[in-house]
Amino acid sequence: MRTMQSFWQQLLQSDLLFYYKRDKVAIGSSLVFLILALMAIFSPWIAPFDPYDLTQIDLMDSEMAPVWLPNSDERFLLGTDDQGRDLWSTILYGMRVSLLIGVFAVLLQSAIGIVIGLVSGYVGGRVDNILMRIADVQLSFSTLMVAIIVLAIVKNAFGGETYSNYAMLILILVIGLSEWPQIARTVRSSVLGEKEKEYVDAAHVMGFGPIRIMFKHILPNCLSPIFVIGTVQIANAIITEAALSFLGLGMPVTEPSLGSLISIGKEYLYSGSWWITLIPGFFLVVIVIAINLLGDFLRDVFNPRLYKG
Amino acid sequence: MIQFLLKRILQAAMVMFIISLFCFSIQDTLGDPTREMAAMSMSDKERENLRDEMGLNDPLLMQYGRFVGRALQGDLGTSYFFKEPTLDVIMKKLPATLELAFAASILIITISIPLGVFCAINPRHWFSKFTMAVSVIGISIPVFLTALALIYIFSITLGWMPSFGRGEVVHVWGSWSTNFLSWDGIRHIVMPAVALSSIMLPLFIRLVRAEMLEVLNSEYVKFARAKGLSDGPVYLKHALKNTMLPVITVGGVQIGIMVAYTILTESVFQWPGMGFMFLEAVNRSDIPLIIAYIMFVGFLFVVVNTLVDLLYGIINPMVDLVGRRQ
Repeated sequence: MRTMQSFWQQLLQSDLLFYYKRDKVAIGSSLVFLILALMAIFSPWIAPFDPYDLTQIDLMDSEMAPVWLPNSDERFLLGTDDQGRDLWSTILYGMRVSLLIGVFAVLLQSAIGIVIGLVSGYVGGRVDNILMRIADVQLSFSTLMVAIIVLAIVKNAFGGETYSNYAMLILILVIGLSEWPQIARTVRSSVLGEKEKEYVDAAHVMGFGPIRIMFKHILPNCLSPIFVIGTVQIANAIITEAALSFLGLGMPVTEPSLGSLISIGKEYLYSGSWWITLIPGFFLVVIVIAINLLGDFLRDVFNPRLYKG
Repeated sequence: MIQFLLKRILQAAMVMFIISLFCFSIQDTLGDPTREMAAMSMSDKERENLRDEMGLNDPLLMQYGRFVGRALQGDLGTSYFFKEPTLDVIMKKLPATLELAFAASILIITISIPLGVFCAINPRHWFSKFTMAVSVIGISIPVFLTALALIYIFSITLGWMPSFGRGEVVHVWGSWSTNFLSWDGIRHIVMPAVALSSIMLPLFIRLVRAEMLEVLNSEYVKFARAKGLSDGPVYLKHALKNTMLPVITVGGVQIGIMVAYTILTESVFQWPGMGFMFLEAVNRSDIPLIIAYIMFVGFLFVVVNTLVDLLYGIINPMVDLVGRRQ
């Protein structure tokens, strides 16, 4: 806990805040992200309707246009989808689902990646060789591909009904498990740099075990690249989740994420109801851009040696 | 060199072994072929006999051996839906996907190299800043959204472009029909190719720019300038040549990754390729076809990655071929 505290103090005194105050793009993107995240978190209180509550849905209201277009209803700010759900409420709830999956998937992959990266970098030798080979192979397969295949199989094994009950959990697991190599490689390369330093030798001499040295001494010094990668990975996880839901392998229609909303709307694009697809798409892109810009800013400040490709 | 070659091939074989094991275990848990073959009225006894006859009650190792043996001969089972050998089904769909990937690659190469080079040479130019800003946005837009937006703008609102299918294709040879020989075919392939390339373009522009910047700061470029060479030859002869090496290797891997994105693009444009077929197979629970697709794509990935590795090892003398331990 002490190391964490000193890390935060370091963070506040560091150049981070200084650069942040001068960087308009960083301030803007973090504000946008904060607003969207708060809206998502408090969606049950903000949203005028509860899209999960079937009694509030009337099929007669389906495919209403947003209020600034003809054929609209002032109850529905952004129009309604094919089932008559208020699009604004559904987007708020969907954003919550997308963010939740993104954040938890990244937490999971960080946990796995940190452990594997630490072990790989610290122990070295054959263990390192094998672990990094596995990471290479998994990366070369493209995480989206791995996720699509695993979800396709899981869906077929469990059947659609059970699958949609656990969809969120399964998505977090699959995205978290398939993206760990990114973080593991970053952690490993910074561990390799830290391992040679004297404080590690000192800890050795004091008789600390390898686990304590790895987690209490080396890890706190490797956190900044993890933050950078982690931020970008949240954006990636949100896009991956959207892609999977878009393909019908992710969140079910009854509990839509932004990706499943886009997917619902694609058939109605031809009948002119563009808002069902394009408005959730707009929110998705805005969230992802905000996170990516923040990641760029963090990378410029911390400037860790990022793995290319 | 030979040791390096052997090591890579051994690794490729290892990966294929794991993929085959994975596919075999899926087949074992998901696909009970007797359920598909047997009539509803069949008794348990008869079904058990059928299982014996098909060797489904043999030890797993023997079954796996048979699975691999058949796979090596190109027999990956018969599709439930198409009632054809799965490999034939895939081969029929393969040209469509390859042509789409090819068209997208052409777009990526012809756009990213000039833009990346320009941004590296003139980092302060407004157009470079504009390109870099657009590339951040481009990375953030999922490929299926680009595809849907293209359809909405160019097909539905403007009515200029066809929104689905391959259109009129010209038969070339075997199962290969091409989009590139008819005007209708070209019109059909433009939007899917643009959508597919949109996800890779920003990456490549940034990559070309970063590598070019690095090369421009190197000693030999400075020396070439000091010799009095003008800008043109320095950029093209000295800098660009050395930029291409990392771009090609990363590019090779990315082209493999493109296969995943073809699934998304094909599903939006209903492009009759492998990815669309795979999604349909998932929805129909066509287990043999799913397994064949995984095996096939896995094989493709392994081959592409091994070739890229080997190529890199040959071109770049700095690669530690044998992988000695420090």
